[in-house]
Amino acid sequence: MSEEHHPQSFWSKYIWSTDHKVIGIQYGITSLLWLLVGFALMAIMRYQLAYPGSPVPIVGSLLGEGGILPSEMYNSLGAMHGTIMIFLGVVPLAFGAFGNYLVPLQIGAIDMAFPKLNAASYWTYFLGSVIMVSGFFVPGGAANSGWTSYPPLANTATMGQTVWLLGMIMLITSSLLGSVNILVTVIQLRADGMTWMKLPIFVWTQFITAFLLLLAFPPLEAAGVLQLMDRLINTSFFMPSGLVVSGEVLQNAGGGSPLLWQHLFWFLAHPEVYVLILPAFGIVSEVIANNTRKPIKGYKSLVYAMIFLGFMSFIVWAHHMYLTGMGTTIGAFFQTTTMIISIPSVVILTALLLSLWGGSIRFNTPMLFALGFLPMFGIGGLTGLPLGLAAADIHLHDTYYVIGHFHYVVAPGTIFALFAGIYYWFPKLTGKRTNETLGKLHFFSSFICMNGVFMPMFVTGLAGVSRRLWDGGESYAHAAGVFQLNEVMSVSAWLLGVAQLFFIVNMVISLRSKKTSEVNPWNATTIDWTDTTSPPLGHGNFDKVPTVYNGPYEYSVPGSKQDFLPQSQKG
Amino acid sequence: MDIPFNVKERPDTGLYNGKLGIWFFLASEVMLFGGLFSAYIFLRTGVDNWPAGTDYLDVPLATLNTLFLISSSVTMVMSWASLKLNDFKKYKLYTLITLLFAFGFLVIKYFEYSAKFAHNPPYLPSTNNFLGIYFTMTGLHVLHIIGGILVIGYFYGPGSTMWDSEPERFTNRIEIVGLYWHFVDLVWIFLFPVLYLL
Repeated sequence: MSEEHHPQSFWSKYIWSTDHKVIGIQYGITSLLWLLVGFALMAIMRYQLAYPGSPVPIVGSLLGEGGILPSEMYNSLGAMHGTIMIFLGVVPLAFGAFGNYLVPLQIGAIDMAFPKLNAASYWTYFLGSVIMVSGFFVPGGAANSGWTSYPPLANTATMGQTVWLLGMIMLITSSLLGSVNILVTVIQLRADGMTWMKLPIFVWTQFITAFLLLLAFPPLEAAGVLQLMDRLINTSFFMPSGLVVSGEVLQNAGGGSPLLWQHLFWFLAHPEVYVLILPAFGIVSEVIANNTRKPIKGYKSLVYAMIFLGFMSFIVWAHHMYLTGMGTTIGAFFQTTTMIISIPSVVILTALLLSLWGGSIRFNTPMLFALGFLPMFGIGGLTGLPLGLAAADIHLHDTYYVIGHFHYVVAPGTIFALFAGIYYWFPKLTGKRTNETLGKLHFFSSFICMNGVFMPMFVTGLAGVSRRLWDGGESYAHAAGVFQLNEVMSVSAWLLGVAQLFFIVNMVISLRSKKTSEVNPWNATTIDWTDTTSPPLGHGNFDKVPTVYNGPYEYSVPGSKQDFLPQSQKG
Repeated sequence: MDIPFNVKERPDTGLYNGKLGIWFFLASEVMLFGGLFSAYIFLRTGVDNWPAGTDYLDVPLATLNTLFLISSSVTMVMSWASLKLNDFKKYKLYTLITLLFAFGFLVIKYFEYSAKFAHNPPYLPSTNNFLGIYFTMTGLHVLHIIGGILVIGYFYGPGSTMWDSEPERFTNRIEIVGLYWHFVDLVWIFLFPVLYLL
């Protein structure tokens, strides 16, 4: 067919496109903007935490009387920061953007298996994200029961919670469409010779992520429907009998269980953690193999560890619930599975670390972010171990220690990996190179600020400061010794925001520069680099769909003429 | 520039894209209804007195509905088989019967629901958690039935012109809708004993 030769209008080419590359970029731009919004909410909260009760500069007039952040709105900002960062920011960027753009290119497919569903997935996400954030404009403000929306609090919360649930159901629908698409694409559309054990690690991670999204999200949808029923037509699924709110007994049938929500929620939200981290492993593997110029250490053990990780992630969810009184027997089971799931994570991290050994490392921007990922994810993972054991978790639960732990995994962990990916594949998307100096400034300033934000959280958390305090612990005696750290964290957070200007400026000037990149500037082996036409890629990706002969990481093969052997080159 | 294996099967997997896609979609649906069945078990075991289904629900009507759905699954297969045998007229006939059974299911469900609302005192989702989960699960199931009717209706009417242009692709589409329809049927096979009989 010759449709690609017709001139297309702006709308059909960039807005209603069904081309996986355009949809990937749509996902990427939208999710980066939401990351910025989520960051801005947190920047406001951090002012209140550092200087409780003082008027917030610049945006103060939007917040409340005298420019002081009201405590109800603080709760809204907290709940929405978490929701936006995870569901509107990191997952759509890691899975929607990177997965959409790169999976077909890396397996040698001309598009996703279902291009129209793919577009539907993006637009459902877009609509869901707008609904979710429109909560700020309904009476009572956005959802304010935490990103976990625990009932009974969430059941009796203001209208924003209903909006949150509706938005969430849209997002779940979107991820369903996206994950079916990735799964079918990887299984059905691999090019000739692209056998399972020749897939780049990145494709494997997206494949496993898609399974997690496919199977873990629906129980939250069920829970969301039940909570909507509770809120809108007064059922009692999550409402115990005789619940008293503000001195009055609630008028409902009772007999429900708040624990039910927690089980359904964490059944999603624990696999979700691996949805956040697996694509990061994938990107980091690609970048490390390419920039050490040697094969990834233990390709097969990486693959099997990630499959095992995906499987285990479904049976660890209740380690978020040790404090609920669900019983020590159940607790013992989930402690055991939690300790087991740390094994594949260690295998993966060790394999990536060993891959550095003996390599002649190129310290370019993507590699710096990938290298930064390793210790940051390591800190995040190791600090999680005490949380997986009930005895330690009883002290640490709901303190800043938990916040420090999962932010180390997601912020300097996953987001660093995503930055690595953006810098690494930027020439593929645009045909331009990014500026190395600005990239390095971006990395080092972000690296210092990230640690400035999250390292002190372990200290305040161990001191017992709760994660949800509006005044940052000022009115609590036990927090007095560590209260000053709030200012350190806040200043670091704002500087972290400033540091992102290096990234934005870099993107803009690189896009506008006239200097074009080579087709394969990193001398990479995977077919997304070696067999596509010069960027920007047209519809159909390849002039001729390649046949694959080699594994994905044939770098520095002894006796070979050049130091890399493309997957599609007979050798 | 067509996407490979859209109609023909990929040799090493033995599947065309849509069939694999619908299986994954159904896996996700299993988790959705699985979540609700788990919620049912959790709620039921959490209280001392859980009403019997027969206290509130009409077993004979539900039995009739079960028969309707099972029959519609049979006619659904027949309509696909007719296409495989190149008999478009029979396809139309069986699809029409499938649609009638599906409508019959909705009509009976309508009478069931309105009898609950008309009861004195009314049986509402907020009355107790048994009725709550009953309305939620059967309601979600009814939405799936309506979705099925829309899609089957489309392939009965305007969508059936594809038979003339791309018969194999059209046959595949009917197979996919059929798989979905059997799943919806299967959910009811679980809902019926769990809610009405246990």
